[in-house]
Amino acid sequence: MDLSGFRDPQIARTLIDALHAVDSGPVKFMEVCGTHTMAIAKNGLRDVMPESITLLSGPGCPVCVTPNVDIDTAIEFAKQPNVIVTTFGDMMKVPGSYSSLSGEKAEGRDIRIVYSPLDALDMAEKNPGSHVVFIGVGFETTVPVIASTIDQAAKRGIDNFSVFSAHKTVPEALRALVNDPDVEIGGFILPGHVSTIIGRKPYDFLAEEYSVPSVITGFEPIDVLQGVLMLAEQVADGRAEVEIAYTRAVPPAGNPAAIEKIEKVFEPCDADWRGIGVIPGTGLALREEYAAYDALKRVPVTPPETKEIKGCQCGEVLRGVTLPFECKLFAKTCTPEHPIGPCMVSSEGSCAAYYRYTDYGKQ
Amino acid sequence: MCLAIPAKVKELGENNMAEVDIMGVSRHVSLDLVPEAKTDDWVLVHAGFAIQIVDEEYANETLEILKEMSIVEDEAGLAEGA
Repeated sequence: MDLSGFRDPQIARTLIDALHAVDSGPVKFMEVCGTHTMAIAKNGLRDVMPESITLLSGPGCPVCVTPNVDIDTAIEFAKQPNVIVTTFGDMMKVPGSYSSLSGEKAEGRDIRIVYSPLDALDMAEKNPGSHVVFIGVGFETTVPVIASTIDQAAKRGIDNFSVFSAHKTVPEALRALVNDPDVEIGGFILPGHVSTIIGRKPYDFLAEEYSVPSVITGFEPIDVLQGVLMLAEQVADGRAEVEIAYTRAVPPAGNPAAIEKIEKVFEPCDADWRGIGVIPGTGLALREEYAAYDALKRVPVTPPETKEIKGCQCGEVLRGVTLPFECKLFAKTCTPEHPIGPCMVSSEGSCAAYYRYTDYGKQ
Repeated sequence: MCLAIPAKVKELGENNMAEVDIMGVSRHVSLDLVPEAKTDDWVLVHAGFAIQIVDEEYANETLEILKEMSIVEDEAGLAEGA
């Protein structure tokens, strides 16, 4: 499939011109996906926006919104005898209260990066004398992948494998953001690959209950510009709808087979978001039928008392209240080489994106 | 983290696995979440799984609409210049 058209400078110019011609008035649009954070920063899209439109980054990086207690818990698993901890690479360097997975690996703990949870399952099969814990972090894009892996573990009769479910779901977090008095969001650039799974319906409340426009958007530069243009047009027209710009990957009903898989293995629970706090119903716990694959039940651990990072404003950055370069640590003591907070650690964090692609805060 | 990459299904295998081509690189991914996927379909791959079938028609249609918009603007620009 030739996607080069979605990077075409001529089309980009047209969309930018169209955007400048829309009278939306001053408005803030928020994206809630780390891949959008990077796409906007890398392609310099903030610089081509009309003055009236501000693009904010929200809590779209699963690694960044994972609270210290979950990282501390993951580390505790690695301290147990005969346990192999497996994780996506993004989690390795994120600091918990006292250490990181990468720091613990350097101390000799058995912590391994996998590309797919299926690799962790194969590892369990090949190491019958060990128990393999997979650290499940991610949004709806990732959750069905992990649900399928757990289901396959049951089918293949592999019982030395379990998942620490620190997953989160997006729509209700948007409600928390809309209700946040500290930031006024005029529209959401909705995450393309979360939506490829869940479809359009779970976002309907944004339009119906809050009259906030939103557009499900893809990740090429043209996709993002098109999404922002559609948002600006909704604002100018006084409309509030959930529109899909990323039609090639997002059917209105999402992926029903994936949704079914999630519901088979997981049930909603409350989840703690870094910077936002507990949001009811945004976590996912393993159902009773799959308790044998629940790391918290198979390898009981007690994490130490959590400690927050002094001076770090990742919490405010994740809510769009503080911009990365407004944090006192940004580009001074906190850099990608020596990151202090998760938004600088993660390659998709908004602080890392601002540091890498802009000059803000570096003077 | 929610990055998903388009890949073309080359050959269906056992246990819902398939060989796919990702920008010239061959990989094995699970089709467990897109059971209806078949050879030559484009899929989005995330963490070793195909998570959606990509609709090539919609991709082309979107580009066509945007290109048309671009041509109309060009012509309008020329008209203004003249």
